[in-house]
Amino acid sequence: MSDQPLTPKERMAIGRTTMPEQDPAKRATNFEEVNFGLSYEAAVQEAKRCLVCKSRSCVEGCPVAVRIPEFLEALASGDVAGAAEILRVDNALPATTGRVCPQEVQCEKVCVRGKKGDPVAIGWLERFVADWAAENMANPVAPDKQTGRTVAVVGSGPAGLTAAGELARMGHSVTVFEALHDSGGVLRYGIPEFRLPKKIVDAEVACLESLGVKLEFNVIVGRTITVTQITEEFDACFIANGAGLPMFLNVPGEQLKGVYSSNEYLTRVNLMGAYKPESTTPIARGDNVVVFGGGNTAMDSVRTAKRLGAKRAIIAYRRSREEMPARIEEVHHAEEEGIEFMLLMSPLEINGGEDGWVKSIRLQKMELGEPDASGRRRPVPIEGSEFELEAQVAVVAIGTRANPILSSACPDLKLNKWGNIEIDDNQMTSIPGVFAGGDIVRGGATVILAMGDGKHAANAIDRYLQSK
Amino acid sequence: MYEVVSNVIIAPSIHRMEVRAPRIAAARQAGQFVIVRCSEGGERIPLTIADADPEAGTITLMIQAIGAGTAKLAAIQPPDGIRDVAGPLGMPTEIENVGKVVCVGGGVGTAVLFPLAKALADAGNHVTTIIGGRSEQFVILRDELAEFCDEVIVTTEDGSLGTKGFVTIPLGEIIADPEKRPEAIYAIGPVPMMAAVAEQTRPSGIHTIVSLNPIMVDGTGMCGGCRVTVDGQVKFACVDGPEFDGHLVDFRELATRQQAYCDDQHCRMTDAMENQE
Repeated sequence: MSDQPLTPKERMAIGRTTMPEQDPAKRATNFEEVNFGLSYEAAVQEAKRCLVCKSRSCVEGCPVAVRIPEFLEALASGDVAGAAEILRVDNALPATTGRVCPQEVQCEKVCVRGKKGDPVAIGWLERFVADWAAENMANPVAPDKQTGRTVAVVGSGPAGLTAAGELARMGHSVTVFEALHDSGGVLRYGIPEFRLPKKIVDAEVACLESLGVKLEFNVIVGRTITVTQITEEFDACFIANGAGLPMFLNVPGEQLKGVYSSNEYLTRVNLMGAYKPESTTPIARGDNVVVFGGGNTAMDSVRTAKRLGAKRAIIAYRRSREEMPARIEEVHHAEEEGIEFMLLMSPLEINGGEDGWVKSIRLQKMELGEPDASGRRRPVPIEGSEFELEAQVAVVAIGTRANPILSSACPDLKLNKWGNIEIDDNQMTSIPGVFAGGDIVRGGATVILAMGDGKHAANAIDRYLQSK
Repeated sequence: MYEVVSNVIIAPSIHRMEVRAPRIAAARQAGQFVIVRCSEGGERIPLTIADADPEAGTITLMIQAIGAGTAKLAAIQPPDGIRDVAGPLGMPTEIENVGKVVCVGGGVGTAVLFPLAKALADAGNHVTTIIGGRSEQFVILRDELAEFCDEVIVTTEDGSLGTKGFVTIPLGEIIADPEKRPEAIYAIGPVPMMAAVAEQTRPSGIHTIVSLNPIMVDGTGMCGGCRVTVDGQVKFACVDGPEFDGHLVDFRELATRQQAYCDDQHCRMTDAMENQE
């Protein structure tokens, strides 16, 4: 099945493939996945574009350091199973990252093919291999040699699941405590079905369970059990309890019915299935839905609103397009689906009717001024530019702050001034044997950065356990 | 799965249910709640923990079957179980010996009040409890409360038991009597009742604590659906509450936010009842 390796010139001659996707007009009315995934032929052909260069900058560009050239080479030779073996060892959630990673600022950004032309479509290939493995390969099993050491992981989001998978592969006994009734954290409650089908999350979690990872649901660490209890029962602990409390705009009218945090809006739809006809979970719908924010969560919310039947689904973002933190593909997909972008626009007030529901939003236009602390140009209001926009639903997607539930029950845990957990270079907290990572440390980042923390912490925990 | 150990009807549509949940039974304190989900795909329903037996590993829930979700939950009989029980959630009540306290419970709010009154009595307070209901059959936990309260006063709207009228009548008499004037008042029940009690005690400045039950999804601070305005500040009932200073709560806002999905729920209750027939 393996051809002769191609020469660099032959590899250079192959153009980047395209991702087959649902027609925008059709997909804006359903919750099925936007991208269909590559065919075997397209994937193998795309893998051949990799020059297997010596610099291996893509590996450095990957927060979990997937051996990208190796898996691409296996795939290019038609050995999908070999590619999958490499991928599964390096990445606990490959079908997920293949879908939600911002590859354009990571592996694909530094790909040498990108210097002249398009980088190798690493993300799409990762997705192809992971999906192929889920369908054609047995789930990995726990190593024969068990260490007898126990590790508790707090939270089953991307950081927690990654750490759990890594630690299980090392032969440690891992128990994951999850506050909600299902696994995945933001992968389940936050990222919509059309971007990350929940059967993918189910399959990834099943892989981890097959490795021996135990999951216990409905356990809120800090309330059901404390970190102190965990340290008494387990040899080490990894805290990855996630993003926490949604921030609001602090404008008048934010308590009106029809105003949601993106967390609530997406949780109702994704975790609780409000988009399904048979669901018992209510969700407010309206002709005009305005989403505040410019990140991936804002894009997920506004595209969800469109699918729930909004005639106008609008992003209102106070900076310009260049500052939007969302993945390029998401913005592109949103535009194709007819999402309106009101850029350089800031909310002043949400107005309601006598029934207590949202009726309109008062907005003000902004212009870009001098750079602020984040290095981005600060938006400055334009006097006299205020106007009223009719809306029935408003979704606030401007970030989160640290959840205090775990830390308030654990006074020994050192926090920074924002309430995020402080860690050392080994991701260990102020409590020996207790490590932390993901959004509770970073204060809000991406799936893959959280996964990088999980992997890094797992290695540090392994060293810690060996030194004990 | 969390095993239902017992399920007893104690008043029309009100069930007392014991559920096996050892971790929660061990950790739970007065004032805290759980979120339950009957089965796969079901709603998440917040319910106050009325009591717990850490040795048996069980918690007691009081369920008023008023919507499709609570009706389904109340129908679960031993030895069947509940798919999910998460908790204990919320801040525990700060229990101190302050001297004289009055606990005011309305309807199923009395069930929420029960563990609080017990904890206050255990702490050495002189506890007077006023419980109200539409009529005699809706007055719950009277005998149970009498076991540890110094006095239990009952009001019914139709006068079928105790004083005719609302809980505010005996409360007004107690406040007006310098001998009986309490150091603190705990009021738990429907929003209009809590608002009325808070207004009644405002002039006297007696510390009045209310327990709020806004709509919530996760109960861990993640969704922000349970936000309430307290002293002009936005608070999350699940993380900062559910108990707040009644004199500072914006009850009007709470009442309107609680109605957000009423039509929806009404429709679904009808559907659920039709399905049962």
